[in-house]
Amino acid sequence: MALIDLANPTRFLGLTARALPWLAAATALAFALGLYLVWFAAPDDYQQGATVKIMFIHVPNAWLAMGVWTVMSIASIGTLVWRHPLADVAAKSAAPLGAAFTFLALVTGSLWGRPMWGTYWVWDARLTSVLVLFLMYLGVIALWRTVDDPSRAGRAAAILTLVGAVNLPIIKFSVDWWNTLHQPASVLRAGGPAIHPAILMPLLVMAIAFLLLFVTLHLAAMRNEILRRRVRSMWLMQAHAAQSA
Amino acid sequence: MIDLGPHAAFIIAAYLMAAIVVLGLIAWVIADHDAQRRLLADLEARGVTRRSKSETA
Amino acid sequence: MTALSALLLRDTRLAVRVGGGALMGVLFFLIVVTLVPFAVGPDLVQLRRIGPAILWLGALLASLLTLDRLLAADHEDGSLDLILMGGTPLELAVLAKAVAHWLTTCLPLVIATPLLGLLLNLEPLAVAAVALTLLAGTPALTCIGLIGAALSVALRRGGLLLPVLVLPLTVPVLIFGVAASNAAVAGPMSFGAPFLILCALSLGSLVLGPFAAAAALRHGLE
Repeated sequence: MALIDLANPTRFLGLTARALPWLAAATALAFALGLYLVWFAAPDDYQQGATVKIMFIHVPNAWLAMGVWTVMSIASIGTLVWRHPLADVAAKSAAPLGAAFTFLALVTGSLWGRPMWGTYWVWDARLTSVLVLFLMYLGVIALWRTVDDPSRAGRAAAILTLVGAVNLPIIKFSVDWWNTLHQPASVLRAGGPAIHPAILMPLLVMAIAFLLLFVTLHLAAMRNEILRRRVRSMWLMQAHAAQSA
Repeated sequence: MIDLGPHAAFIIAAYLMAAIVVLGLIAWVIADHDAQRRLLADLEARGVTRRSKSETA
Repeated sequence: MTALSALLLRDTRLAVRVGGGALMGVLFFLIVVTLVPFAVGPDLVQLRRIGPAILWLGALLASLLTLDRLLAADHEDGSLDLILMGGTPLELAVLAKAVAHWLTTCLPLVIATPLLGLLLNLEPLAVAAVALTLLAGTPALTCIGLIGAALSVALRRGGLLLPVLVLPLTVPVLIFGVAASNAAVAGPMSFGAPFLILCALSLGSLVLGPFAAAAALRHGLE
């Protein structure tokens, strides 16, 4: 099916209705497998003990946090350059999901840090970069909600997303740099454990599970957004008809 | 249950948090879908269409 | 007189008027720097240590204050539409407005830095370093803020949206600005490295800012 077919919202809705059950099933399976591997197969880290199990949630969500902003950026290019009809629907639907994954990365990172470093929060490079990314997600969501007209909001959000995409490597670089500058006296294993094979497999499965979760939720949210816009245009039609009656 | 070591509470809290967020997202998407479907059905029942009616001279 | 210099002159004149943002920015800067000792205590040794950071934070917030009026006022009275319809490229027009903002808001902040450095017990070298880094870094702050101002120009109830959008993007500028200031005074690291990165950030945002802002204005005001 050509990409242009997906531009038609009705066809997109039809495709989504057929695909969603399969995606949901695949997600559930992936999580089942992943959780089994984490709880019954993955060994404890010799340094951290069982708390390494938190990593299996923290790392996939941190990857998704970056990945969803990439998806939003591609959608933003679709909005600004090609005026693809579903591009800003895709961008708007992805933002809350990305924010949720970023939030989860922060919370699990904090819970992982407490036993490891003794505090709930450390201003290490990775956590700090993720915190700034979280703030940027909230900013984009705020922009979506503040502009009434969906297509104008879409174009504004697209610009902000792309500016953010350009800035993210810069922010990451500067936070890394800042962190090495302020490295505390004690040597912290801020990077986390080195990945060895017995840990890698469950991590990859959990990563795939979360990725499938995002794809499923994203398509479902896009479907909801299309329906929401239909409702809005019908309201406007109704108000217009009532006005001219 | 397998031994989770001295920091069991943090591990459980992390997985609990993840479950809450994931299930929350799923619930939100489903509830939003139901709400939009209901609104659409209501509007269609009232005879509103998305295409504007042709102008009568 | 070309259109751009006319725009620059107009914005500068508007800003230095009583209702404009110029002196208000310096006043806010002073107030913020005054508030900090109330919060952290009057210990001069501590204030000297965190002085550059306080000055940078104050300058950051002060330059942010006047940004929403940068474009919103023009939008309200219709001059923004005239600028959009005019012959000059929109990117250059918003750059002219950014330059005017920098001249009237940020430059006074740089000039006020020595006096405020006195309040924070900073040594002359530190004051010079902070002033120089502010001089190099405030163009970045203005141009990044320009993007936020353009995105929120047509919103009736913008509120704190502009700072929320802009502040995360200014994190690198803040990091390198303070690091350069501190490096000039103490520490084994050279002043040059972070300072050059700061200059690079400013130069980069001088390009990115006007382009993104112009795009935002075109798309937002259609």
